Amino acid sequence: MSAVAIIGAGIHPFGRHPGVTGLDMAAVAARAALADAGVGWEDIEVAVGGSDSAGNADTSVSALGLTGLPFINVKNGCATGGTALTTAHAMLASGAAEVALVVGFDKHPPGAFNPLPEEWGIGAWYGETGLMLTTQFFAMKIQRYMAEHGISTSTLAKVAEKAFANGARNPHAWRRTPLSEDEVLASKMVNHPLTQYMFCSPGEGAVALVLARGARVAAAGRTPVWLRSVAFRTRRFGSFEVFSPSIPIESAPSPTADAAAAAFEDAGVAPSDVDVAQVQDTESGAEVMHLAETGLCEHGEQESLIQSGATEIGGRLPVNTDGGCLANGEPIGASGLRQVHEVVLQLRGHAGDRQVPGSPRVGFTQVYGAPGVSACTVLSR
Amino acid sequence: MPEPLDPTVMTAEPRLIGSRCSQCATVTFPRQGSCPRCTSVDVSEWPLATRGTLWTWTIQCFEPKPPYVSDGAFEPYGVGYVELPGEVRVETRLTEADPARLRIGMPMELTVIPAGAKITYAFRPA
Repeated sequence: MSAVAIIGAGIHPFGRHPGVTGLDMAAVAARAALADAGVGWEDIEVAVGGSDSAGNADTSVSALGLTGLPFINVKNGCATGGTALTTAHAMLASGAAEVALVVGFDKHPPGAFNPLPEEWGIGAWYGETGLMLTTQFFAMKIQRYMAEHGISTSTLAKVAEKAFANGARNPHAWRRTPLSEDEVLASKMVNHPLTQYMFCSPGEGAVALVLARGARVAAAGRTPVWLRSVAFRTRRFGSFEVFSPSIPIESAPSPTADAAAAAFEDAGVAPSDVDVAQVQDTESGAEVMHLAETGLCEHGEQESLIQSGATEIGGRLPVNTDGGCLANGEPIGASGLRQVHEVVLQLRGHAGDRQVPGSPRVGFTQVYGAPGVSACTVLSR
Repeated sequence: MPEPLDPTVMTAEPRLIGSRCSQCATVTFPRQGSCPRCTSVDVSEWPLATRGTLWTWTIQCFEPKPPYVSDGAFEPYGVGYVELPGEVRVETRLTEADPARLRIGMPMELTVIPAGAKITYAFRPA
């Protein structure tokens, strides 16, 4: 299989942008990625992109240029960006194209996501009786996890404290005000044991990446960041997933565990080789659980890792160095690619005030979404 | 007597209506026409047990957006999964909303709560 590299990365700041559409943000990110790669839109042979609720990605060609290229729209919940990347990677690796662009963007109204049960194969009663909330799922998953693996509420708060500290060092982040552990714990209870500042908010933003293979990588002149693997999985029978009126008593690995194992195997890299990681932190508990599901640590080890500062920038395993979803918000279509964008900057040594010291060589990303999907990548210099 | 909000999910008795696979004995809720474990379509209706233990829980502290049916001033409510031994873990409203009175493993039993002019299922400490 031909090696695929990321030669360009662009981002539209995350947050709230009144009067700017999701497609506008996608075009800004795409132009930034093209400029970063030193190529023109006319050089792009295939594009893949998507949003959850901000329009069809391919309509951005009217802003970028009508070059006639094949442009594939994808829509896959929180794994939309990962799916775009999976698709583009497969097309490049198979020889169908040499240069591709992927783009993910979104724009959501304030407040919790409001999915309709019927669109997820569940009866209307589930929403009418107040069970159709992603926040409830994450709260119940971490509640059980804390009891089984000895995770404290202090650790949940420290995850948020770290996210806002990292966000304060990231010019593209939405929430750039540091918050102490005590402030996080004292904020309004949302879904026990998770308080307001332990949750991310639906938001807005866009990210684009330019991928290339073969001679086109060297021609770009940029230090390439190799996309060593990208793996995408859905849930198996027995995993505990969002929007589940019931779950089996027998348990199975999560889609995150499956996708991460496949990504590490395909890349020929061990979790212990990872120098910088971005994992889905839609709330504090998700970061805790995903750290172990991905194999980056053992179940229960998060308590000592996080309490000791090992996951901070400068720690042994820096996690969510750009502030993650907690500080950047959650524009569904953009978040998965934001993680990859951050790893690209970190591996190039261009992450500014939040640069991980010691010239990191290997990065990892993971997203998780409803109704039980996950996409993971392994990247290296 | 008020009727269930969705009579395909529960009876007024109340009993929850699940399904059971004739091939691998997997129980699901609500009932469905195929088995999510072994893919068989040889499944039949299965009334679920009415007692179990609390597997996990949370308190819903903010009022959900529609289609949630609001019935006046919002009061936080409990939500959990109750494990019905040998069957399945069911997601459910809880009658208890005080975090100090909920703990994983406590015995629970099926009851009903109002849902507008109708009723829906819930579990209460047994």
